[in-house]
This record gives sequence, structure tokens and C-alpha cells, in this order.
Amino acid sequence: MSVFRTLLASLVILAAGVATLAAATHGFRAFTSETARRIDVREHPRALPAVPLQTASGEHIDFSGLRGRWLLVDFIYTRCMTYCSVQGSEFARLQGRLADPIAHDQVMLLSVSFDPAHDGPEQLRAYQQRSGDRGAGWIAARPTNTADLDALMQVFGVTAIPDGLGGYVHNAAIAVVDPQGRLVAITDWDAPDDAERYVRRGLAR
Amino acid sequence: MIAWSRWRPWLGALLWLALALPPLRHATQATMTLQMLVQIPMLAIAGWWLRPWLPRRAADALEAWNGGGISGIVLASLVAMVWMLPRMMDASLDNPWIALAKFASVPLLVGLALAVSWPRAGFVVRGVFLLEVVATAFRLGWLYRVSPVRLCSNYLLDDQQRLGNVMLALGVAICLVLAWKLVWGRIDIDGARGNRA
Repeated sequence: MSVFRTLLASLVILAAGVATLAAATHGFRAFTSETARRIDVREHPRALPAVPLQTASGEHIDFSGLRGRWLLVDFIYTRCMTYCSVQGSEFARLQGRLADPIAHDQVMLLSVSFDPAHDGPEQLRAYQQRSGDRGAGWIAARPTNTADLDALMQVFGVTAIPDGLGGYVHNAAIAVVDPQGRLVAITDWDAPDDAERYVRRGLAR
Repeated sequence: MIAWSRWRPWLGALLWLALALPPLRHATQATMTLQMLVQIPMLAIAGWWLRPWLPRRAADALEAWNGGGISGIVLASLVAMVWMLPRMMDASLDNPWIALAKFASVPLLVGLALAVSWPRAGFVVRGVFLLEVVATAFRLGWLYRVSPVRLCSNYLLDDQQRLGNVMLALGVAICLVLAWKLVWGRIDIDGARGNRA
């Protein structure tokens, strides 16, 4: 009898184990937290908190005040010397390619610093300039306190860890926010075409 | 011997508590290598040492459902698999509920389950389990070594590659120990003491 009971117990454990693994991987689709956050955002768009931000020109804006247009958001720190320094030039490139919808106020680019203690308006302005800012439709900004920063990083799923060399390593990406102010997609930071295509599809609808 | 078996569960409980308290918890998950090869194994060992505290009646009741230790080993393998997912290693740092689940399940469902089941497992069951341990060390070791992307948002790439190297070395070491045991060691083909299925 012990054989059958053991078989039964093992099968029950196996079924529960496979169910747990499926739940832990979004149905065997996400084995890393980065993939998981992308699937999760795509399937359950996230409402963004009305967090105030200070821009490179020193003025104060608010996430809810940016509603009504598509937003492409990336998280940066201006001291980055490694691959993330390319994020800025990618955004400048996007700025050029989306010039038309930007001129019609249908799209805006937003770079948020997760290192607000260092990235004041001056640093943010310098960052945009050396990245090739074309002047319109790209805001660089910082949260004004750590609680707001934490809230933003939480909702966008951004993790930044010290790289041991005085900088950070972070899961860089381009986040797409729809005109209702919901985070709807996360695309690769080094594939701005994907973000552009997403926005153009949204505008065409 | 007697003194050791009397103190072992206390030591297990103490180890469990120490690993869960912030200083040691943060220290043992500061790198990917430490979390995977120190924190999680130590939690399992803490649970293993709790075996003498399992009441006799509970042990007897479990035994009927755990012939040859198979159910327990299946349980331990699956739970270990869950906590080896890069996503869960990340989540156990970011989400306190996931951390709680890890600190509860690894000692009880991996360590204790193995402590109950391993002595009852025969040669074949042990062989299959150990083969899977070695295969996992090589599979994950290779993946971590060659992956150009960070699999955990909370850990650096060089940490991940170091874990890969250590896991490959560990796989080789386990193979050598097993080979040595097979050639020179004593093997009970039908297992194991207390195997009265």
C-alpha cells in the first residue's frame, strides 16, 4: 500500500510544484525579473503616481501634468561612463525620428535621474547637451525627494545597484506611458525602434 | 555521539534564526554567489538538523506516504528549483513576503524533507537525485558563465560569472567524490537503513 500512497503523494507534490513554478515564471515565460516586469506591465498596465519632478530648466512638473500625450521614459544617472551613457544619444535620436508627433504635442521624451543627490538641473542640462539634444520634446528631470524616487522606481520596476566603481548598474530600458498616464510597455534601451514603433501604432489607432 | 544528536536541533534552530536576522541575512545575500551557495544551502542544513524534533507520530504518519524517501526528495527538488530561479533570487531581496517564504520553505521543505527521506532512499533514488544535482550545477554554471546579460537585477555581471565558475567547479568536485565512493566506498545497493517499505 505504501507504494500507491507514495505514488499519490509524489504526484500531488509534483502537480503543486509545477503549478508553483508556473506561477513563479508567469507560465514558464519569465525566468528573470526583467522579463517578468515586462510581461507584467504589458498585461497589467500600471497607473503612475503623481510624483513631482524638477526639470533641467529648474521648473517643477508633475507626472499627471504630462498626461494627454505618449511618454517615453528612461531612467539615467548623468555620471554614467559605461553603456548607459549611450541612453542619452539614443533618446536624442528618438527625438529626431519622432520630431513630427513631438511638434504636434503627441509624444514627449522624459529622462528621470535616479541619482537626484548628484543630478541637479545643471548636470541634467549638460547631460542633454552632450547627448545631442535637439531642443524640443525631451525633458530631463529628477525627483525632489527619496520617497518620490522610491515610488517611481517601484512602479517602473527599476533596480540600480552600486557597480563598485562609484557608479551604478541598472536595468536600463525605455518605458512607454500612454496618454492616460499608464505604464503600458517596456522596451530595450538599445532598440529605440521598438519604442518608436509602439508609439506610432498607438498614434495610428 | 549522543551529545551531538541532542544539541543538533538546537544548533539548527539557532542557525535558522541567525540566517534570518538582518546582519547575517544581508551578508549572505550580498552577492549572487553567496545567496546561492551559502545562504540557501545553510538554510537547508539548518532544517536538516531539526530532524530529531520531528515528533515520532508525525514521522510515522509521513513514512507511509514516503516510500523509499521518494515523495520527500521530489518535494525538496521542486522547492529548491523554485529558489534557484534568477527571478526568485531577485524577488527574495525586493519583496519581504517572498523572503519570508524562502526562509520558511528552504529549511522545512528542502532540509527537513531531505533529512526524513535521504536515510530511507535506496541506491537508485539517491543516484537519480545526485545526478540531477550534478547536472544542475553544470547547466546553471554554464548558463551563468556565458550569459552576456545579467539574470538578476540585484547582482552584477561579474558576480554572476563567478557563480558560474564556482558551480562548474562544484559539479566537478561532486563527480569526483561520487566516483571515489563508487570505486572505493561502501555502497548499500538496496539502501538504506530503516527502509521498510
